[in-house]
Amino acid sequence: MPLAAWVVLAGTFVPGAVGAEKPGAVTLPPQVEKIDLAMQAGWADAGVKPSPVEDELKWCRRVYLDLIGRIPSFEELAEFAKDKAPSKKLNLVQKLLNDDRYTEEYANHWGTVWTNVLIGRNGGMEDRTLTDRSGMQKYLRDCFARNKPYNDMVYELVTATGSTKPGTEGFNGATNFLAMKVNEEDGTQATAAVSRIFLGLQVQCTQCHNHPFNQWKQQKFWEFNAFFRQTRALRKFVAGTRDVDHAELINQDFAGEGGRPDQAEIYFQLRNGLTKVAYPVFIDGTEIGKSGFVEQVNRREELGQLMMQSPFLDKAIVNRMWSHFLGYGFTKPIDDLGPHSPTSFPELFEELSSDFRNTSYDLKQLMVWITMSQPYQLSSRMTSNNETDDPSQGETPKFSHFYTRQMSAEQLFQSLAVATQANRKGSLEEQARRRDEWMKQFVVAFGTDEGDETTTFNGSIPQSLMMFNGELIREAISTDPGSWLGSIAQQKGSVAEKVQILFLTGLGRRPRSEELSIANQLLVARKNDMGGMLQDMWWAILNSNEFIFNH
Amino acid sequence: MWSRFATPVGMNRRHFMSHMAGAATMMGASLSLGHSLRVHADTLKKNRKSCVLLWMGGGPSSMDIWDLKPGTDNGGPFKTISTSGDVEICEHMPLMAKQMHHMAIVRSMSTREADHNRGRYYMHTGYVPDANVDYPSYGAVIAHELMVQRPELEIPPFVSVGGASEGPGFLGMSWAPFSVSSNGRVRNLEMSLAKDRLMQRQIALKTIEDSFIGQKRGGVVEDHRKVLGKTFDLLTSAQMQAFEVDKEPKEVKEKYGENNFGQGCLLARRLVEAGVPFVEVDLGGWDNHQGIFRTLENDRLPVLDRAMASLTEDLEQRGLLQDTVIVWMGEFGRTPRINADAGRDHWARAWSVVVGGGGIKGGQAVGGTNEDGTEITGDPYSSEDLMASVCHALGISLETTFTSKSGRPMKIANSGKIIKDLFT
Repeated sequence: MPLAAWVVLAGTFVPGAVGAEKPGAVTLPPQVEKIDLAMQAGWADAGVKPSPVEDELKWCRRVYLDLIGRIPSFEELAEFAKDKAPSKKLNLVQKLLNDDRYTEEYANHWGTVWTNVLIGRNGGMEDRTLTDRSGMQKYLRDCFARNKPYNDMVYELVTATGSTKPGTEGFNGATNFLAMKVNEEDGTQATAAVSRIFLGLQVQCTQCHNHPFNQWKQQKFWEFNAFFRQTRALRKFVAGTRDVDHAELINQDFAGEGGRPDQAEIYFQLRNGLTKVAYPVFIDGTEIGKSGFVEQVNRREELGQLMMQSPFLDKAIVNRMWSHFLGYGFTKPIDDLGPHSPTSFPELFEELSSDFRNTSYDLKQLMVWITMSQPYQLSSRMTSNNETDDPSQGETPKFSHFYTRQMSAEQLFQSLAVATQANRKGSLEEQARRRDEWMKQFVVAFGTDEGDETTTFNGSIPQSLMMFNGELIREAISTDPGSWLGSIAQQKGSVAEKVQILFLTGLGRRPRSEELSIANQLLVARKNDMGGMLQDMWWAILNSNEFIFNH
Repeated sequence: MWSRFATPVGMNRRHFMSHMAGAATMMGASLSLGHSLRVHADTLKKNRKSCVLLWMGGGPSSMDIWDLKPGTDNGGPFKTISTSGDVEICEHMPLMAKQMHHMAIVRSMSTREADHNRGRYYMHTGYVPDANVDYPSYGAVIAHELMVQRPELEIPPFVSVGGASEGPGFLGMSWAPFSVSSNGRVRNLEMSLAKDRLMQRQIALKTIEDSFIGQKRGGVVEDHRKVLGKTFDLLTSAQMQAFEVDKEPKEVKEKYGENNFGQGCLLARRLVEAGVPFVEVDLGGWDNHQGIFRTLENDRLPVLDRAMASLTEDLEQRGLLQDTVIVWMGEFGRTPRINADAGRDHWARAWSVVVGGGGIKGGQAVGGTNEDGTEITGDPYSSEDLMASVCHALGISLETTFTSKSGRPMKIANSGKIIKDLFT
């Protein structure tokens, strides 16, 4: 695109467009009003006042980041700025959710988010792994591309059988969630992950003893664990070698630890040394048949059915999604819904959860409710009337302003691709592989059997060094022939016009006068080398907090 | 610290100013570099202290290493050996046996967190996980307190080697662990950019940063600026040579063990010499639910023994051990009872940690466990007590109180009690 065209587009960013929207002119789902009323009541009770509504372009940046995992391009921002309809915000959300142009990115983004939830950032990269990361991603991308109802997705993940690896016979990507979690230690990791991720119940501490702060007792842990005892991940070798090629998740008859398959029981030990017996019993006390023969009782399918009935299923997902968009959930941590966990806005939380069930677990609807709600419109600038609402300081979140937070490493990766018009070449698999490869440098494992991990991409020095100096940034600020920055440098146009394009693209705003003046001084320091100056400015923009944070 | 953001050490400021007279006004605040502390630097340098935490991820079986019960049902196959101190330890720790006069074993740790994540958090912070307050870890707290002794330090005061450690909690990201691999390699450190151009970019960046920070967007945004400042320091610091562990002679590298943990401990020694107040070195692989004795004998213990003994010996020979506290610990111990898979499971009720250096009286065991290792005898010690004792050995006052921005006070080491026997 010639610079002149950029400049014309930039003209569409007319200040003062805020307020063009008349409230009430747009028909929104009733849940939006439900959220708004609950929030307003909560703010009044807490004696805080909400921040003003955020500038539209910044809201636009926010919604791109949260819905499809990257910032908007310059053209996309201009398209939004041009829309003068009262329903422009809803239009944008609907477009990102439903327009064919965005299906792939939407699916890729949510596939990535859920891959990290289900198998971690390191999943599939461990020594002797049975997880096929690309298989997991493929399955999840398909779910989101088709907007598969959430409950169906959970059911499939919990009951999956088949091969983990794309291209093999009987491939079922959903198997990758449990493949590494069922074999070792009697499936205790499968037990802990399924209950924590899908039901918001943290049971891992009750494995060995009754926990004083947890409603779950040790007996319950092993009763839940009994559902996974018919499941094995079989290693499939590369023909003629001892190298594991992939795994196959199967159900097989479980003889029980007492040696009676028709009453297949398991044993566990209390801390006083006493041994007790457990059979599969769901968290609400529902028992299923005790037989270990798969033909008589398929334990994982029974579990899947019982989970579908559980109100914890609804709450866990609503909490997770709320936290995705607003920075904090109704409970902290989001996957701990036990009675010991204080809840903010408990009635709203309950209602949204049951509404979600009643709308057939349509995730896109839930996203509309949240992104169109008042708390999601608010500025991240705190005011003197809501400074106390700071969950990072231990306060219960009141959502009276948007909580500034760092982009995830994946969001940053995709955003840099957009911000630099770097060709997003290759298949989705290839893109994901490249991103995963890049991510690896930030992932640190904890050295336990449970595969716990953390990321150093969290605002610390390794992240800064990467942003100062990493390969991705060097690509982003390249002025080589064919590069985005290079083409802007080459074209005719004023310094101000060029710098403006950088600021709008990177930060969704025009440069301030002091920023323009820096650009001019840099041009002098660069001895009128326009490319060099743009490089310096673009480097500074990409490294700034305003770029790195979702705000 | 943020003032460094605008004036990185070692840059030719005047040169740049001649080009950018207009920008100079923005740097007014940065000109007041003169740290009042610098005046006392020489005195402080003399008694500067450090801490090296050897973190055993997964929960090591301390009753197979430091508190053996040979001949009992729970005891396992390992025998004891005598040491240079007044204690016996596992036969597979022969090199440490020669260093034990420097180290004290606390044999009556008794805690309640037997889950990896909770245990790791608790042992690193002195606090159990709390949904409402994010507590700072050992490294952040100690670095925060000891930085005052070394205003000249340009490399981060809290370095985590080969692992992850725990975060800085409410102290903010500028106290986060600086994670490096055990060979000391720091990714993306080499910036092939002329110094004055780097500085020009820095000023452009500062201009954008400032406008956003001025808008009250929360503490994380301000932390970002501090981290940027530290990153600029790193890029230009000659002190970064401390990370070049590869430059050590071959025999030294072999002595520590040519594996990640060995080289990590060697790096830790170099960092302590360079004045880094807190280094954590990670050795995972202790979550031995199965086949524990084989794993310990053939793999974990030889690795641990070489590296820990070499570190202790080297620090002592360099006269640094009296000012450096070494802490060995994991998130909990393992069950005295050996399970059906010849492994041991999680056990927090009775286990051991090891500390030494910094004036701690070595060669002794503090507290103990009963005959089969299931219960402690004598007073129980907690993460808080251990942390208080380490702080005490480092000369950090236990009256120190941190205040989170919301005004919540937090006593250092969660009001733990000093384990007196370590010091008498």
